[in-house]
Amino acid sequence: MDFVNAIILLLNYIFVPALAYGSQLALGAIFVTLIYGILRFANFATGDMMSFGTMFVILITFYFQSVGISLGILPTALLAIPFGIIFMVGYMLIVDKLVFKYYRINKSPPVQLAMVSIGVMFVTQAVVRIIIGPSDRRFFDGEKFLIKAGEFKEMTGLNEGLAIKSTQVITIIVTLILVSTLFWFLNKTKTGKSMRAYSDNEDLALLSGIDPKKIVMITWIIAGILATIGGTLYGLDKSFKPFTYFNNMLPIFAAAIVGGIGNPFGAFLGGYVIAFSEIFLTYAYRKFFMYVLPESMEPDGLIQLLSTDYKFAVSFSILVIVLLYRPSGIFKGKVL
Amino acid sequence: MRKNLNVIAAYSIMMGLIILVGIFQSWNIALSIFNLCLISAVMTMGANIQWGYAGLINFGIMGFTALGGLAAVLISVDPVQEAWSAGGFNILFSLFLIISMVLAVRYILKNYKKSKNRTYIVAAIIILGIVIIRFISEPGIEAIEGVNPAKTGFLGGLGLPIIFSWVVGAFFAGGLAFVIGKVALGLRADYLAIATLLISEIVIAIIKHEDWLTRGVKNVIGLKRPAPYEVNLQQTDWFISLVEKFNSSKLNLITDLTERQSALNQLVIEGSSVFVKLCYSGLFLVVVIILLILTQKALYSPWGRMMRAIRDNEEAANAMGKNVVKQHLLIFVLGSAIVGIAGAMLVTQDGLFTPGSYRPLRYTFLIWVMVIIGGSGNNFGAILGGFVVWFLWIEAAPIGLYLVNLTTSGLDDTHFLKVHLIESVPYFRFLMMGVGLLVIMRYRPKGILPEKIEIK
Repeated sequence: MDFVNAIILLLNYIFVPALAYGSQLALGAIFVTLIYGILRFANFATGDMMSFGTMFVILITFYFQSVGISLGILPTALLAIPFGIIFMVGYMLIVDKLVFKYYRINKSPPVQLAMVSIGVMFVTQAVVRIIIGPSDRRFFDGEKFLIKAGEFKEMTGLNEGLAIKSTQVITIIVTLILVSTLFWFLNKTKTGKSMRAYSDNEDLALLSGIDPKKIVMITWIIAGILATIGGTLYGLDKSFKPFTYFNNMLPIFAAAIVGGIGNPFGAFLGGYVIAFSEIFLTYAYRKFFMYVLPESMEPDGLIQLLSTDYKFAVSFSILVIVLLYRPSGIFKGKVL
Repeated sequence: MRKNLNVIAAYSIMMGLIILVGIFQSWNIALSIFNLCLISAVMTMGANIQWGYAGLINFGIMGFTALGGLAAVLISVDPVQEAWSAGGFNILFSLFLIISMVLAVRYILKNYKKSKNRTYIVAAIIILGIVIIRFISEPGIEAIEGVNPAKTGFLGGLGLPIIFSWVVGAFFAGGLAFVIGKVALGLRADYLAIATLLISEIVIAIIKHEDWLTRGVKNVIGLKRPAPYEVNLQQTDWFISLVEKFNSSKLNLITDLTERQSALNQLVIEGSSVFVKLCYSGLFLVVVIILLILTQKALYSPWGRMMRAIRDNEEAANAMGKNVVKQHLLIFVLGSAIVGIAGAMLVTQDGLFTPGSYRPLRYTFLIWVMVIIGGSGNNFGAILGGFVVWFLWIEAAPIGLYLVNLTTSGLDDTHFLKVHLIESVPYFRFLMMGVGLLVIMRYRPKGILPEKIEIK
């Protein structure tokens, strides 16, 4: 019985939260990796673009709530996502036309494009803060828990409760649907294949009649979808604050590079690698060992490998180690 | 003279703007802008050495700034004797263990061939070392943090004059840069950018959460000053007579004696803070000028030519027998050390160390905007960039307010759009910076004062 309790404990505090957080990171990481693979620059505006998309979803959600449209037990934001995506894709295409296109046509070095993306970052950040303000916003409505800790205890008669938030389940399901559609698109459709070809070898792709304008546009559209959905899921699960989104850029970058930048599948797994290692290394295992070990061997300390303050530092250390020993990431090989 | 005309013009315009602020807002504001412009100029010089001379991207400026600030604390704060006796031994012993661990790993890596066993042994040493160090340091840290936590709760520093920290800050930052450079300089340019950005976040995380060293988010306040205190100045005779002399024409207009006295008091209070800021300006100006002379000399020396050769064509420079890796490391350390000086200067000027205030936007990306806008590769340009961008960063709010009032003048004062826009005026600075950066990168990619190399 103690053993089951210990497993439930780990499920509750490590596995479920890490899975949800990892999915949110994974979506962002695929966004980074797509931009890097096809447009060939590190996009430092990632976090702010995600907050930009989320902002529209929130505004539309508020509008729906005020007119009384809702999804019942599901959050209204899910209904607002498609509209948010439309705004987001529009914004991205405008930014591309006004800013990035010039450098792409001139074949500027990637470093210059990265610098330009910092300019975009500043502007996007300003726009988000001017429109919605810098404060914390919650826009979740509907049923909060799928399983409550108390109910679970009653149901199973265990000491440990397992609480599953509905946002966590939504995050995981939406991520799985989105990512599998994306991989199907990249691997099976003609457009997807031409995107991969363009990423592999630009000149050869152009020779074989692939239209670069179309590729770039589709990349931005996919990026807009990923950014909006990823940002909204994160906001639903936690809360929306522009500054947090800016900071999220860092673990997202870590995930993309750990998975091998330019490789969407690597980025997808990289998100989970980062999320799990962050939570694994900063969780206090005291209670777990109290269940598993006999009473005489009970630990006194918290048995915490690292204090939770170093949560971010964990993912960055992993990244630094990967960069040093395997600069092409864990899953190299096929590029996009 | 003629060819430097644009430099002179640009700097005169900048100075004129600051003087205008002095006349229309107040000399206090003008001088605090000027001081921070000088500090920004030091930072941009550091970034410019790395980017402009050698083409290295360092997005870890925030980390080096914070290390400089840490140096200011560790040098100037008086040591906390109680804390040293409570946990000093544990900390010193842990430090010794860390050093011996690093040496042991180095020894093994150097003297044994690469094999699976070697990797396991190194991993075992590191893991074992971390466990032992945690066991030893934890009681010490707890004891130190327990010593009067509201006021101290940390080890304190050396109690030396704070000005020394400018040098020590450079050494701290340079040391960290050496370690980072050793491991990360082999990466491609954009990987290096991301790696340094993340490493600087780790540095901030450590500074924020190791309370025994830095007091963490509880901040260290009331640091010593290299300049006199306002309160003392207001009571010294020579200063009062100086203020009287400066404002004699204004004071002579007032005939009533008590009124004259109170007017004088007011002037002395204002004058004292201006005087203190002027002291700082003097100190900072000395640093900027020394660094400018050194960097200019370096730029036109054979070494500078070699750095440009490496920047423009790494392979060719390598083929000519230049050690690219070594030179990159050297310049990375030098540039970061300069940023470290700026970090220490910043904390000296503020008189307080607040780890929570180090954010990448302000301390990394803004500095980069300065370098790009000012003109990378040109020291005068980089300094000008520091001035222009910092000036705009501070004055963006008044300018934004003016613009908002202008564009919404047709609307009622209580109209929701106007109220909302006026509330969000502080964020117009981000917009300005972003648009400024984008415009400069598009239409003047070499910055306001572009790099100009004379070949003699």
